Amino acid sequence: MAELSSQLLALKDIVEAAKTAIQNATDAKTLDNVRVEYLGKKGLITKYLNELGNLSAEERPLIGKEVNLAKQEVAGLTEARTKVLAEQAMHAALAAETVDVTLPGRNAEVGGLHPVTRTLQRIEQYFRQIGFQIAEGPEIEDGDHNFTALNIPESHPARAMHDTFYFNAEMLLRTHTSPVQIRVMEEQQPPLRIIAPGRVYRCDSDLTHTPMFHQVEGLMVDENVSFTDLKGILADFLQAFFEKPLNVRFRPSYFPFTEPSAEADIECVICGGEGCRVCSHTGWLEVLGCGMVHPKVFEHVNIDSEKYLGLAFGMGVERLAMLRYGVNDLRLFFENDLRFLRQFK
Amino acid sequence: MKLSENWLREWVNPDFDVQVIAEKLTQAGLEVDSVSPVAGDFSGVLVGQVKSVVPHPDADKLRVCEVDVAADELLHIVCGASNVREGLKIPVAVIGAVLPGDFKIKQAKLRGEPSFGMLCSAKELGLAESSDGLLELPEDAPVGKDIRDYLALNDFTIEVDLTPNRSDCLGVAGIARELGVISRTNLTPVVINDVAATIQTAFPVSVEATQACPNYIGRVIENINPNAKTPLWMQEKLRRSGLRNISPVVDITNYVMLELGQPMHAFDLQKLQQAITVRFAKANEKLTLLDGQEVEIAEQTLIIADGSGPLALAGIMGGEASAVDSATTSLFLEAAFFAPNAIAGQARSYGLHTDSSHRFERGVDPELAQQAMQRATSLILEIVGGQAGPLTVVSEESALPETPQILLRANRIKRVLGIELEAAEVEEQLTRLGLEVTQVREGWLVIVPSFRFDINIEVDLIEELGRLYGYDRLPQTRPEISVLPGAISEKQLATERLQNLLVDRGYFEAITYSFVDPTLQKHFADSEAEPIKLANPISADLSVMRHSLWPGLVQAMVYNLNRQQERVRLFEVGRVFRGELANIDQQQCIGGLVYGDLKPEQWSETNRKVDFFDVKADVEALLALGNGSVEYRVEAHPALHPGQSARIYQDGKAVGWIGALHPKLNKPLGFTGKAYVFELALTVCLQSAIPKFTALSRYPAIRRDLALVVDNSVVAFEIEHCLKGIESDILKSIQLFDVYSGDGVELGKKSIAVAFHLQHGERTMTDDEVDALMLQITNKLQSELGAVVRT
Repeated sequence: MAELSSQLLALKDIVEAAKTAIQNATDAKTLDNVRVEYLGKKGLITKYLNELGNLSAEERPLIGKEVNLAKQEVAGLTEARTKVLAEQAMHAALAAETVDVTLPGRNAEVGGLHPVTRTLQRIEQYFRQIGFQIAEGPEIEDGDHNFTALNIPESHPARAMHDTFYFNAEMLLRTHTSPVQIRVMEEQQPPLRIIAPGRVYRCDSDLTHTPMFHQVEGLMVDENVSFTDLKGILADFLQAFFEKPLNVRFRPSYFPFTEPSAEADIECVICGGEGCRVCSHTGWLEVLGCGMVHPKVFEHVNIDSEKYLGLAFGMGVERLAMLRYGVNDLRLFFENDLRFLRQFK
Repeated sequence: MKLSENWLREWVNPDFDVQVIAEKLTQAGLEVDSVSPVAGDFSGVLVGQVKSVVPHPDADKLRVCEVDVAADELLHIVCGASNVREGLKIPVAVIGAVLPGDFKIKQAKLRGEPSFGMLCSAKELGLAESSDGLLELPEDAPVGKDIRDYLALNDFTIEVDLTPNRSDCLGVAGIARELGVISRTNLTPVVINDVAATIQTAFPVSVEATQACPNYIGRVIENINPNAKTPLWMQEKLRRSGLRNISPVVDITNYVMLELGQPMHAFDLQKLQQAITVRFAKANEKLTLLDGQEVEIAEQTLIIADGSGPLALAGIMGGEASAVDSATTSLFLEAAFFAPNAIAGQARSYGLHTDSSHRFERGVDPELAQQAMQRATSLILEIVGGQAGPLTVVSEESALPETPQILLRANRIKRVLGIELEAAEVEEQLTRLGLEVTQVREGWLVIVPSFRFDINIEVDLIEELGRLYGYDRLPQTRPEISVLPGAISEKQLATERLQNLLVDRGYFEAITYSFVDPTLQKHFADSEAEPIKLANPISADLSVMRHSLWPGLVQAMVYNLNRQQERVRLFEVGRVFRGELANIDQQQCIGGLVYGDLKPEQWSETNRKVDFFDVKADVEALLALGNGSVEYRVEAHPALHPGQSARIYQDGKAVGWIGALHPKLNKPLGFTGKAYVFELALTVCLQSAIPKFTALSRYPAIRRDLALVVDNSVVAFEIEHCLKGIESDILKSIQLFDVYSGDGVELGKKSIAVAFHLQHGERTMTDDEVDALMLQITNKLQSELGAVVRT
């Protein structure tokens, strides 16, 4: 039995040595070598197993049990160590791949729409929702569509007020988007609901005028539309456009192509109606002109003004954009300075 | 139209302060632009009288005065004004007075002489822009009275921005009438009495153009005092209405125009020959106007003439030769009705715009001439004296504007305004406006007075009712609308889609003027065609219509480069104008310009300048949204680099250009470096197609690559085009993935690598059929392009 106990003692030493080797292994390959050294075909522990057959019947179960335990322990430790090493390796790899995530991404610049376009798109979107369609017309117009059909005859003082750019006696740059009304009514029968956005031109250039600017014209022709509808449509629009409840006031005005005619003012969006430089201390800002389509205009396009009524409105897009975004100089819109344009991403 | 609050209150005096008056007028459609004080902000200025004047002992230009301001003692005041003299009444700022600009008057010493106050000019009191010497007050000015009270300076000028339809409000009387209606206050108009003739002198008048001048009234006034002065009260009223004081007679005619709205003219009777004729001008007639300018009179211009020729442009401006001057002792006064359509546009054709033409072209009440003549006569007799002759009236009643009778239907009021109005309200409001209203079955029959040129049809009356009811009181409603079903076309892209695509690819949208500098545009001209020219451009550099978006975009680029912006990516959507005026093509285009580095400066990769293919990728992306087959053909554009430009075709139709700007343009356009531009017809880009599904193949796909050696002159498009000719049910797509020249490739040739993606929809392909196809491909390339497969 002395041999037996010495054998067991030796086994114990082997297991202890294996444990140390496993613990000391810092990479998968070393660890695998350790495994082979102890548990491989010719491994130190395997040798014991192989030699079990040489033992006596009494010794075999006793030693066998101890050897199996030793094998299990070493195998278990190896496996555990493998996991630890794999995790460590993953950590190391991750650490090596770590980047400064706060550095900017590559090629990140997205451009931007012009503020006038942004504004036009919002206006169009609103009126589309309430059933208006977009109409377009030429920018080089004839006097007939730009003036005469709109009840502005040749010598009308309103013609002089338009500061028209002419090409010759007949052709001109449209001074407003209203001729699109005429073009639509020449081609389509009521009911009609259109808006006409676009460039318009006036021969005027100073701090508050540019020779080109944008308007949106609106026209609705139906059997039952009235001035109170016009007020409703525009008040709804202005509140939607500025995204806040706003006081809107309608003042009588004059346009040859509408009767009654009105101008709409909104409570100053800068000072909230208290009075400031922008609203000339009145608390009000004029934002659009409107009215009921003049019977003479209907007559020009052969629409029965007894049967149909029309409402029409026109607004200056730059004006709305200036108020919306707080732009204080009209001329900025046409300088195309990138430092300006970048503010409208 | 400017008028003072006090003047308005003489006519109608509602119980509102001036701000409320302004608001009410604005709300009634007479938009008040401004309400401003008629004098500077000052206090402590009294009426004084100069009792003695002696020279200053130590200064040539100063005088020492003793001034009476009804105080215990005379004031000892040093004054530098040249018009100071004994007995003169002037405004005196006494010690403690504060003049405009917070200028405090204290006891002072001027060149050693003590001074207890200051004698004031009109300018120093904020009554004039400039003045020449002290403000001379009338002899009857009460010494010691506060000048603010004496001149009624606690007054405001109300500026009304009248719309062109409201000519009836171009006088105090008209605005008072409106304010009376709005405030339901009765008017207290000036009393105008007929002035009987005291002499029998008359000057003959004949009117040839009776349609243009249906009513002409003339009157002679003799023996006026040429030395008379316009009274201060009138000067002040004129000043507060924005008119300068000229001479008593002219001031009076201006005063009557401001008061009643009737422009008048006074001729010097001594300068008139034979008779007055109102007629259209004859050929080659000339006239030197009051402003000194000589005009050639057009034959459609109505004139006032005498035996010697034209005297005045009727209703616009008088002539210099017949004008009243400081020696005038007898007058021929004119008050007429000129038809608006005879005057409209005439003043403008001479570059003129006068108070008179402004009124006549909008319409002056034909019934006003007589009243105005009587009013002016009595003012003249009062101020400059003289004796008036009888009225000479030449009138053609049938040519006067008709006073319309309009049927106003109650139900139409409801339809237009959206609300029903009480019958009593309708009648009261219209009556206050001076309209005659009679009830009839459907509503009312309304007779319009002669001063309302803007009321001709039913809806004009409805507007009057609406504005007097108050637009603000009208409710807001939402229309009951009939459904208008609109197509949502899938074939038609929205412009927004293209704009967003470019924005997402780093472009900023620009909006440039549609008119450009012809010299600049010439650099971009791709044809001999002349651009369309404006007849009246705002300046030479905005004088022709653009035929491309490029000039504007390049200008915007240069503008930005000059402001340290080194990377520019811009696009614009807008019309370009080509062809003749008679047949203009105004198509919408989308164009872009790229300059500088490919990417914004960043930390990671080496940057490089943008090149042709970067920009081409953007164009391809735009065109990929649409439909149709696109080709880039090598064609020359004078503004583009001959080796880096292409004309773009879609389905065989030219739709645009892309390229690097020609380097020869750097110098004239003022920039260095390379800029790339493109421009496409917008409608083409917006034509899309409805996607059509094809079944996905369940069978394996394979890829075969070929390296083809071709002459350098063969372009990629030719290879693509050649391969398109191959009909095959397994060839799904072709992709060019490498271009190489250099080692291993013969000089003058290049190697192009092409991948072929093959798949059959219903079965697995056989090696044989794939080999056969590849053979067909190589043969075709070889025979058509001389391509050799590189192994």
